[in-house]
Amino acid sequence: MAVDETELKRLMVTALAGDAGAYRVLLDQVSRYLRGYFTAKLTRYGRGAAEAEDLVQEVLLAIHTRRHTYNPDEPFTPWMHAIARYKLIDHLRRTDAMQANLPIDDVGEIASQGDHVQVESGYDLQRLLSRLPEKMRRAIQCVKIDGMSVAETAKRCGMSESAVKVNVHRGLRALAAAIGREDRT
Amino acid sequence: MKTDDLIRILSTNVEPIDRRQVEREVAAAVGIGTAAAVGAVLIFSGPRADVSDARALTFLMLKLAFAIAIIVTASIYLVRLARPGGEMRTKITWAGWPFLGIALLAAISLVLAPLWHWHTMGTDWLECLLSIPLIAIVPFAVVIWVVRRMAPTDLTRTGALAGLVAGGMSAAGYALHCTDDSLPFIALWYGGTIALCMLAGAVLGPRLLRW
Repeated sequence: MAVDETELKRLMVTALAGDAGAYRVLLDQVSRYLRGYFTAKLTRYGRGAAEAEDLVQEVLLAIHTRRHTYNPDEPFTPWMHAIARYKLIDHLRRTDAMQANLPIDDVGEIASQGDHVQVESGYDLQRLLSRLPEKMRRAIQCVKIDGMSVAETAKRCGMSESAVKVNVHRGLRALAAAIGREDRT
Repeated sequence: MKTDDLIRILSTNVEPIDRRQVEREVAAAVGIGTAAAVGAVLIFSGPRADVSDARALTFLMLKLAFAIAIIVTASIYLVRLARPGGEMRTKITWAGWPFLGIALLAAISLVLAPLWHWHTMGTDWLECLLSIPLIAIVPFAVVIWVVRRMAPTDLTRTGALAGLVAGGMSAAGYALHCTDDSLPFIALWYGGTIALCMLAGAVLGPRLLRW
């Protein structure tokens, strides 16, 4: 799948300034690209394409928690690609010993799914969240899932606004760290 | 978990990001690490007593210049390699220029020095060999702690640079104490131990920096 560097970079720069709409469009486009990339790579290494969606989500989380490492003076695509490649190699190394190859027709079936099918990973969000410390879980639940503002959350949880932001940030980082090590359901 | 759900979560209430955060954090780590190295030397072994002497002062400045050249160069490269794909756009070999500089100076001084003078060039080498890596431990930990939250994709090289910066910070601290004033000594034992720190960083990098 072709990527439009100019468009992605514009979205990223806008998103880094705090534009949620641009960020959402960006992550959506990136996830489509990543899906194709990982499916192709995993198939080539003789691995099940079912792992592709896990990797897509792992990379989305990595992009999010490490988006401050993007330098707006440089192109976006190589930055994203370096993360995807790093996570792919890490995944292959980590799962090398324990993975059995999937039959080849499985691969074809998944690869032929359309872009608009709701794609799901083996991760269970609620279970991942339940392992986070209470404060982080509540902060993520309120701000990121229920969409409450930081000020509202602060009032409801009896935390300061900066504590809410810190807990969201740390919680997502913990989630990103946990997701690579999680056994798939 | 559906990918669309994850995207919705990540893109809800996004905070703006400071585009200079990587530079700021590396600079802060270098500041804290240097303060730790200098502090450790001043507390545990004390500064050299003869700083009023012109020759001693010259050599102190020279050692500091060498250490600072390493710190500055290595942190510039570290900022690049702490970002994904940084190793593709950066030639890390240039980080070695301070070593080349001090080696050249040492060679010149050896050529100019009378042969009978050679044996006086460096007596505290064991102390130097032990001190610089030891003092570098805390600065190294500080740098690694900061870089871990960035996104290096070449962990060996990034680890080596972290070790190099830490070695430079440690040498800057140790220079305040060390009274061995000769260019070959600095080139061999400062250069050598700092290179050792770099090697240790390269070995530890893949383990400590994984994300």
